[in-house]
Amino acid sequence: MVKNLLTTVVANVLNSRHHNSYARSQWVNGAIFAPTDNNKREYKMTLMKSLMGATTAVALTAGAALADPALIFDLGGKFDKSFNEAAHNGASRWAEETGGSYNEIEIQSEAQREQALRRFAESGSNPIITMGFGMADPLSAVAADYPDTKFVAVDVTWLDIPNIRQIGFAEHEGSYLVGMMAAMASESGTVGFIGGMDIPLIRHFGCGYAQGAKAVNPDINIVANMTGTTPAAWNDPVKGSELTKAQISQGADVIYAAAGGTGVGVLQTAADEGILSIGVDSNQNHLHPGKVLTSMLKRVDVAVYDAMSAGEDLETGVFQMGLAEEGVGVAMDDNNAPLVSDEMKGAVDKARQDIIDGNVSVVSYYENDSCPALQF
Amino acid sequence: MEFFITFIQVLDSTIRLATPLLLACLAGLYSERAGIFDIGLEGKMLMAAFFSAAVAAVTGSVWLGLLAGIASSLVLSGLHGLASITFRGNQLISGVAINFLAAGMTVLVAQSWFEQGGRTPSLFGGGRFTPINFPFAESLSGVPIIGPIYSELLSGHSILVYVAFLMVPATWWILYRTRFGLRLRAVGENPAAVDTAGVSVVGLRYAAVAICGVLCGIAGAYLATALQAGFVKDMTAGRGFIALAALIFAKWRPWHAMGACLLFGLLQAIALRFQNIDLGGVVIPVQAMDALPYVLTVVILAGFVGKAVPPRAGGEPYVKER
Repeated sequence: MVKNLLTTVVANVLNSRHHNSYARSQWVNGAIFAPTDNNKREYKMTLMKSLMGATTAVALTAGAALADPALIFDLGGKFDKSFNEAAHNGASRWAEETGGSYNEIEIQSEAQREQALRRFAESGSNPIITMGFGMADPLSAVAADYPDTKFVAVDVTWLDIPNIRQIGFAEHEGSYLVGMMAAMASESGTVGFIGGMDIPLIRHFGCGYAQGAKAVNPDINIVANMTGTTPAAWNDPVKGSELTKAQISQGADVIYAAAGGTGVGVLQTAADEGILSIGVDSNQNHLHPGKVLTSMLKRVDVAVYDAMSAGEDLETGVFQMGLAEEGVGVAMDDNNAPLVSDEMKGAVDKARQDIIDGNVSVVSYYENDSCPALQF
Repeated sequence: MEFFITFIQVLDSTIRLATPLLLACLAGLYSERAGIFDIGLEGKMLMAAFFSAAVAAVTGSVWLGLLAGIASSLVLSGLHGLASITFRGNQLISGVAINFLAAGMTVLVAQSWFEQGGRTPSLFGGGRFTPINFPFAESLSGVPIIGPIYSELLSGHSILVYVAFLMVPATWWILYRTRFGLRLRAVGENPAAVDTAGVSVVGLRYAAVAICGVLCGIAGAYLATALQAGFVKDMTAGRGFIALAALIFAKWRPWHAMGACLLFGLLQAIALRFQNIDLGGVVIPVQAMDALPYVLTVVILAGFVGKAVPPRAGGEPYVKER
């Protein structure tokens, strides 16, 4: 434990400066945990090198048996209580049920994306599952070099490479449903939206939400804010709190947070100030029971679980997971049961069916990079 | 009247946002006035944020949390002092190392203790600093103008906010009206003179670094246990660096530091309240407001608005004999 601690501490210090050394030291690290005398000597000799290894060296101690799946988390980190945690949950469920093992890495900087991909591909992991739109460019650079390896890209749908399974979620449809609930729960006639980093994907969330709210109450006032324009916006709960307070002072009494770790601050402040909040990606209802109206579920766990179950026989291509595929949805459990009226439940169920049947269409922000219901 | 209420709300938000900046800025002021540059403010705040939240979560007492936060920040200060005072290492590099160390350590220890992925459990009850309401705040809130200022703006912050603002006159008094302050400033300008007078340069610098640690500890604890209810990885989000910018902006003076921090806090608060500001046809995007603190600092550094001269012996380890 002490050794691990040391490795990681020093690794973090050197992390950003020694990306190149980490691919090398992976094997070194593998050797640390092998018991033979030979390796012990090697361990001593190369301790310095392994100290330079990135945090990943610790994360990867599971060892790289042939054709284990691999999972690359996005910058928010494995336990963001949201997007990445959903992937982690799917992967752990797969490992529990099948007894299989998988490799994983939490990248710490943009530069690690491509390296992590290559590293896993070289070591024979298959399939390699990547999280987040940020992996699109690294994937297009790497995937073609490993035609026999299958890649999975969550939140990427626009690449033209044969060995990638690209999974897109219809976030606007799920957000539409929570928007309806927000509008029905709101007494002030003002609802709020707090996004993380200002990127099209988050506007896509906000746009669906606004359409849902307006479908219930055409006169509703929607206050929308973005936390920032850099990746730091995913982990700034203090700013999330201030935004929440600002929106409350503008009359909002239900606030939807699509902001990763920043959302923790939003949900906390909303609970402190006695208004309702809506979680995102994972089920966040349990964070403040009775104060979180619902959560917009993005079943990343299902996508990851399915990909791992399929293993090397994974089907590639572009897949859309919407309401019909149960890729998105709203979270209903004991924690929010007192907040959800039968009328609300009925309206949401009806809207879900209407969207699936095509009677109601939710406009996607991507269609022409603008939203009919909300001005960002 | 509505405009006035919005105005008060923005100022209220300004105070909350400026407090961590002010504490970190004063921390840097002590350290840099004594000739020790400290870009590890960010790391110390982060470490203190984690340990205050962790101890408050385990013990249920926010005061123990505050002490733990200050202690952890002091340890990092000691490390910085050891590297840059005793071993005469490069102060910038030591500061960078502290930032990295804190970023990695906090998440690692948090994961090992709480297994919630580098967070602490949410704090509740006695684990958090609660707002202090001034007497009669409720009943006076109806009075026009003065009422909202008293009940919204001045009342209702946590005790650490008042501590932070009281630290400004205290710092001024210590630096300019006490023997210790005179020596502290002297050691940042001309350590050889201080040494000749028979006063310990090393001792003074360690004292300055320790004060810096205490203030950073309070700043971190404020973030995690007063503004928020728990620690989230990287939750300082660059506030240590904005505090450094404010320190330069204030030209290393306490009252000006408060002004700079309030200004930077105000810019943030405005950016948070009004996403894009429409000034009669010209729209100021929110990004411009976010960047303004840094732009202002560069302008000051470039010498357009007076000259920012750092303490003369800043950044140089003191060597008795050459």
